[in-house]
Amino acid sequence: MTILYLILFLLGAGLVACLAERLNVNAPRWISLLAFIAATIWTGAIWLGGVDPATGFYVVGELSWIPSLGINVILKVDGLSLVLVGLTTLLGIIAVVSSWSEISTNRGFFQFNILWVMAGVVGVFCAYDLFLFFFFWEVMLIPMYFLIAIWGHEDRSYAAMKFFLFTQVSGLLMLVAIIALVWLNYEATGVITFSYDELLNHEVSGTVASLLMLGFFIAFITKLPSVPVHTWLPDAHTQAPTAGSVILAGILLKTGGYGLIRFTVPLFEEASRDFAFVAMLLGVISILYGGYMAYSQSDFKRLVAYSSIAHMGFILVGVYAFNELGMQGAIVTMIAHGFSTAALFMMAGSLQERLHTREMSQMGGLWVKAPRMGAMTMFFVIASVGMPGLGNFIGEFLVLIGAFKVNVPLTVLATIGIVVAAVYGLSLMQRSFQGTPNPQVAAMEDFGFREISVYAIMIVALVWIGVYPQHVLDLAQPTLDALGVAL
Amino acid sequence: MTLTDLWVSFPLIVLVGGTLVLMIGVSIVRTHKLALGLTLLTLILSVAAHDIALENITTGYELFGLLNVSGIQVFFNVLFLLGAIVTALFAYPYFNERMERCEEFYILLLTATAGAMVVAAATHFASFILGLEILSISLYAMIAYPRESHQPLEAAAKYLVLSAVASSAILMGVALVYAASGTMAFAELNISPESGERSYFLLGQALICVGIAFKLSLVPFHMWTPDVYQGAPAVVTGYVATVSKGAVIALLINYVQATEVLSYTGVFYAVVFVAVASMIVGNLLALLQTNLKRLLAYSSIAHLGYLLIAVLVVNTARPELVLETVLLYVAAYFIITLAAFGIVNLTSEHATEDNEQMEAYTGLFWRNPLLASVLTAVALALAGIPLTVGFIAKFYVFAAGVEGTAWALVWALLIGSAIGVFYYLRLIYTMVKQVEPGAAALPQVGTQSVVAVTVLGLLIVVLGVYPTPMIDMIRTIVQASGF
Repeated sequence: MTILYLILFLLGAGLVACLAERLNVNAPRWISLLAFIAATIWTGAIWLGGVDPATGFYVVGELSWIPSLGINVILKVDGLSLVLVGLTTLLGIIAVVSSWSEISTNRGFFQFNILWVMAGVVGVFCAYDLFLFFFFWEVMLIPMYFLIAIWGHEDRSYAAMKFFLFTQVSGLLMLVAIIALVWLNYEATGVITFSYDELLNHEVSGTVASLLMLGFFIAFITKLPSVPVHTWLPDAHTQAPTAGSVILAGILLKTGGYGLIRFTVPLFEEASRDFAFVAMLLGVISILYGGYMAYSQSDFKRLVAYSSIAHMGFILVGVYAFNELGMQGAIVTMIAHGFSTAALFMMAGSLQERLHTREMSQMGGLWVKAPRMGAMTMFFVIASVGMPGLGNFIGEFLVLIGAFKVNVPLTVLATIGIVVAAVYGLSLMQRSFQGTPNPQVAAMEDFGFREISVYAIMIVALVWIGVYPQHVLDLAQPTLDALGVAL
Repeated sequence: MTLTDLWVSFPLIVLVGGTLVLMIGVSIVRTHKLALGLTLLTLILSVAAHDIALENITTGYELFGLLNVSGIQVFFNVLFLLGAIVTALFAYPYFNERMERCEEFYILLLTATAGAMVVAAATHFASFILGLEILSISLYAMIAYPRESHQPLEAAAKYLVLSAVASSAILMGVALVYAASGTMAFAELNISPESGERSYFLLGQALICVGIAFKLSLVPFHMWTPDVYQGAPAVVTGYVATVSKGAVIALLINYVQATEVLSYTGVFYAVVFVAVASMIVGNLLALLQTNLKRLLAYSSIAHLGYLLIAVLVVNTARPELVLETVLLYVAAYFIITLAAFGIVNLTSEHATEDNEQMEAYTGLFWRNPLLASVLTAVALALAGIPLTVGFIAKFYVFAAGVEGTAWALVWALLIGSAIGVFYYLRLIYTMVKQVEPGAAALPQVGTQSVVAVTVLGLLIVVLGVYPTPMIDMIRTIVQASGF
């Protein structure tokens, strides 16, 4: 039940933060920060508690919900879930700190939304009941919509609407697929159940399986996002406030990758295998197209947003390579990208706060004025480009090795994507922090202790994964073994 | 008439008796408060009387060959009565502010509710038409009740004319069906495929369906809806949208099950067309609205299209699932719609005209967080997003559609919902926008209505998160009714 308490704790903290604004305008952000720190320690404690040998999970919680429809609250934490929950709570801290001084209106409601979106995401990562999963999947949308629509930038209405529509509509496809799967299982066994474990035993085959698989697949690649359903992402990321971008890029995209690994592949193994080439092709197209589009942007944040599409392409390639290396690579990429992109979005937020623009033509030579910011940007650009020794390299390298065994031409194309990443990454660095100093920028405040300490967390995480990825690999291994997929 | 007959019809007797008492009372002392009190007392007693009725019925009870009262009818009746209670509570401050004599409104409210109860239990064309006319005639007067204003009168005239057309379609249909089959009881309506009168019979059925579609405001018989919704006082609109439609839905379910009218291929595909058109056209037209009442009108057209999916799979899905879906959907729709019009109503209490333009709700989140939260819950529920009872209802419709393998309808539901999200979100976005300086202040609101609206808002969320009690109750009712 621990994990349900964790979710309820975050929800409760959100309510308290919302109400605390009346007492003190600064109270909400402190409450939120402390809640995320507590949640991170909580997750750490779960990790140290180790796997319960009886169940094979870290924590298992079951609670009756709508028994007459076979719907129950089933929350389980295995290695993969634990890593992602840890990423969520840690990025929660980072999101709160990154918007420490950015938000000046309705601070209570802002923290409320951050806490609620994170609670929804934790639910998504732990739900073992398809109805519950869908419930959390949709619930995390609403606070995210508010974050973009209320505190976003100039074009927020359009961006928020687009984000919501894409996810909601693709989610409905998944809902139909879930209901159809449950109904097929009911026809075969006479039991109505939404339990993941029980549906896993039910073999669906033929055209029906392909159609149902597509229902899940489309919902997940919309969230991931992959070409051709990626168009919401550049708008949503660019318009969201910094904390919103951090959460979107760091966490929400990962729910798509998680969904593919947890649901699409194991539930419809045969159909997924038949579909693997198309999925990998979509991944490769995302890598190349995302890279190409990133290079053509003049907006700092938009560039990072498109680079996310490219990185998420690796996840698709890795998962559908259908081998252990590819899957492991996809998982490591998810974690590493969570940190590196969150950092770059924070940087965009800090720049916007100081310069009131995201246009790189208005920047240039900023390193001289703010050397600490420059160094940080350099580090995370290099990480995101895939420098060996940092997390992203491990993830993408494993994906490429995995894919190489399956399809050489696609792997070659994906590898070209890494070169493209270097091109847009370095161009980002050059256009903003190097080159001739822009005369319009008079002086710029450099990072203080608060910012540096947050970046330090992310640097440590990336170096840790880059130098000793075994921790993450070990955590994810049992999940991959238990997937029921012969890798 | 046996004693059991009396007990089973007791709720209706209480309601009609209360109406008479109120009618006499109003002619002696005109006090708005007293009228409201008597109305609420009558409605509550009638709800309580259902308990007695329930004790006397097992699976269903045939009353005079005209009505059939089962657990399902009791469920609908209680919903109507609760809807009427909420309407009365909203009506009091609304009319108290702007009118001298408002006591007759409550008489009309009670007669309309009695009509709705008769329609919902009808198993014979005589009781059906009698109930429908009691309901409709009361509604004309309720819509036109603020008689000094222009809009309500116009709306009432429109409703009167168009509703009369629908009633005559039904009457003509009944005549034809009677000519062909020689009976007016639903259960005996049948005709052999070889019969020479088959064409009359089918034409009659088609005309009856047209009349019902009109009352449910389904495309292409929806033209009256936006105008009437807009013109009527918000409190009456809420009542028209819930109780009068709920009654016809209850009838439709009875009718479809008793006559198996949907097993005629022509009728079936016509209803499929109507359902798909309602979902798509209703949602598309809602996109264009800037008036909240009109938006809700088009959204209700779409919602009845969704509900029709459950009725259409009556022959392919399990009958208990179909009934559960219909009951759950209607209950959810009642709560959501009453909350929606409740908010429009209570922000209009002190205004001369209804506060119905969407712009009027700009920045509601920062001006009145409580009302904004309820309206957000309403919008999310109408869009069918989880955490709200609207999602549970939509989930059931999806389940019924999938189980009935009605894929075309499921696709229409998907597309309709996608379009729907767009305008519901726009409403939410309007509420979170920052108020521009110099904007008109929000009208004052009375506490009594705020409490009622908040309770409805809480119900939307609580039943959305923990629907088990409601689902179990509905399941028990459906099983007790012999399914």
